[in-house]
Amino acid sequence: MTTQVLKNSAVEKGMSKTKMGFMLLLLIGLVAPYAIYPVFLMKVLCFALFACAFNLMLGYAGLLSFGHAAFLATGGYITGYAVMEMGVTPEIGILIGVIASAAMGFVFGKLAIRRQGIYFAMITLALAQLVFFLYVQAPFTGGENGLQGIPRGNLFGVISLKGNLPMYYFVLAIFVIGFTIIHRAIHSPFGQILKAIRENEPRAISLGYDVDKYKLVAFVLSAALAGLAGSTKSLVFQLASLTDANWHMSGEVILMTLLGGVGTIFGPVVGAATVVTLQNYLSQGPLSSWVPVILGLIFVVCVLLFRSGIVGEIKKFTKKNFN
Amino acid sequence: MKMLKKLMCSAVVSAMAASTAAHAGSISNDEVRIGYLADMSGTYSALAGPGGLEAAKMAIEDFGGKVNGKKITIVGADDQNKPDIGANKVRQWIDVENIDMVAGMVSSAVTIAVNKVVEAKDKISIVSGSASSSITNQYCTANSIHYVYDTYALAHGTGEAVVQEGGDSWFFLTADYAFGHAMEADVTEVVKQSGGKVVGGVRHPLATNDFSSFILQAQASGAKIVGLANAGADTTNSLKTAKEFGVVQAGQKIAGLLIFLTDVYSLGLETTQGLQLTTGFYWDRTPETRAWSKRYFERTGAMPSMVQAGIYSSVNHYLNAVKSAGTDETKAVMAEMKKTPINDFFAQNGQIREDGRMIHDMYLAEVKKPSESKGDWDLYKILRTIPADKAFRPLSESKCKLVAGR
Repeated sequence: MTTQVLKNSAVEKGMSKTKMGFMLLLLIGLVAPYAIYPVFLMKVLCFALFACAFNLMLGYAGLLSFGHAAFLATGGYITGYAVMEMGVTPEIGILIGVIASAAMGFVFGKLAIRRQGIYFAMITLALAQLVFFLYVQAPFTGGENGLQGIPRGNLFGVISLKGNLPMYYFVLAIFVIGFTIIHRAIHSPFGQILKAIRENEPRAISLGYDVDKYKLVAFVLSAALAGLAGSTKSLVFQLASLTDANWHMSGEVILMTLLGGVGTIFGPVVGAATVVTLQNYLSQGPLSSWVPVILGLIFVVCVLLFRSGIVGEIKKFTKKNFN
Repeated sequence: MKMLKKLMCSAVVSAMAASTAAHAGSISNDEVRIGYLADMSGTYSALAGPGGLEAAKMAIEDFGGKVNGKKITIVGADDQNKPDIGANKVRQWIDVENIDMVAGMVSSAVTIAVNKVVEAKDKISIVSGSASSSITNQYCTANSIHYVYDTYALAHGTGEAVVQEGGDSWFFLTADYAFGHAMEADVTEVVKQSGGKVVGGVRHPLATNDFSSFILQAQASGAKIVGLANAGADTTNSLKTAKEFGVVQAGQKIAGLLIFLTDVYSLGLETTQGLQLTTGFYWDRTPETRAWSKRYFERTGAMPSMVQAGIYSSVNHYLNAVKSAGTDETKAVMAEMKKTPINDFFAQNGQIREDGRMIHDMYLAEVKKPSESKGDWDLYKILRTIPADKAFRPLSESKCKLVAGR
């Protein structure tokens, strides 16, 4: 009886901890634009969502995708095209972008999930490179100039997103929605099965789970959320360019996730914030020609000294000292 | 009482009028702030990069560090060739750091994105590093100037001049994407107009390492000129391969459509000899260019590319315009810059057109043989001058919204 109660309260406490963390983050998110430059914050949020989507694959399904840039770019290009050429409102544009990325994720997933580990990574990389060359050639992407001057438009046709503050709260809302979807997915029976597959795939199969189906659903979900990040990003910066489709971007998101802490819910957010902040603030001043070198050094240090990432290490530390 | 009210009203109105008058003729935030944006660490860092920042600093120092008694400051940033980083940086510069003018800018995707931001915020940008002629064509804005060169000038300059020098049959080695296609189409048109012919061409994928089969096709074509409609690492690799197969030694000439002094320097004369190209500036052309380039060399340890020289000239021109306009207000400064011809070591009678294109003489150069070169940086022979009105796209062909009648 007592143990049951204790256990229950512990579970509740654990739940409320994540909830508290989430609430705290949300509160910071709500007041942040008054202290920090909003466009920079929007960039952080877009990349945080992108990293979270990637983390869903690597952290929870144990599959290292090296082609997530394709989904980010697809979201951006399709949304940009829809808003510019078809004149739809931003939310419809984003929806179209997300559907396009999800569809691409379905095709990628169908082909890639038949293999694991390095082969999975290579297949996703190869497919993403195909997509990259498609975007280099396709006339609607504007080639190396990119899609430029995408209008932010009016949300639902009424609320103007021209100003930085309304746009920021729109992006924040999208991030919260995306983040909640990921959180729900991870803590659902579906998420449990994904973790089971990650830990021991043959055993999951022997328990009667259709492993491929679960992986595919996870892949499509991850692709759709990456597309959501790309779509939002294209509206924030009013451009979609080849940078997002390049394989460097697939590498960058791995860096963000590993740096923040793979397999933790807040890790990718912290990682994305760190990388974007470094890119943004180091780009000016005496260290400006050293950004890639510094990022590389940080990655080396991260791999050598704290492999579970920033959030992972903090988790370990609190577990060791405060339990 | 009524009298008093009237008096007060008129006092307030006149005070307001006085304050706006004072505002119009002043420097915002008591400082002229310039932002230098370029690729500082990647593929294009040699042709603009840290050297360009140094050139801009030189221009400010030579100006005395002050304009109309107000301090001039400069900040530099690395766009990492990413349009979102570049556009975000400039947005932040203008919103938070009160930047009045943005200089530098290399990758055309970054440039177009930045120009959109600059237009929306009504500030000024002077583009020196980018190649794409679309910057003053379909993407032109009233707030931007394209200073040094563009793809039209390179294609037309090299194409026409090479045909007139006797290179009347061409074979193209084209990078298979929009930039390459546009270059090839531009040059083809010019070559045909000038009486030459195109005997063939081959397209290679972007960022290829193995050019041997393409170079062999170029050799087999029997064309007098092999035109390289590609850029960056692709150009470098095709030149290296051409050297290995002895293209130039066998009697063909290579025309590079987008190649800089810094590329030729790093590849060496052995590889690049005989290459014909168009440039907007060469350090060893006149006493003035030599004098300025020597000072630049002392600061950076390298001779300036046309982009770096152009950055100095453009910053200087901007500061002169601020000085004579008496303000850093965008409209006044742009009008002043477009009104005043540019006469310095970089350009003679340079003129900024209504579409933002700065037109000046360009030069057809040939890379020297190792035996002809007298020093590390003695790299080019200037074969001929391409006059300003021939070098750039005429306004009659412009798609720019600012050009009258469009």
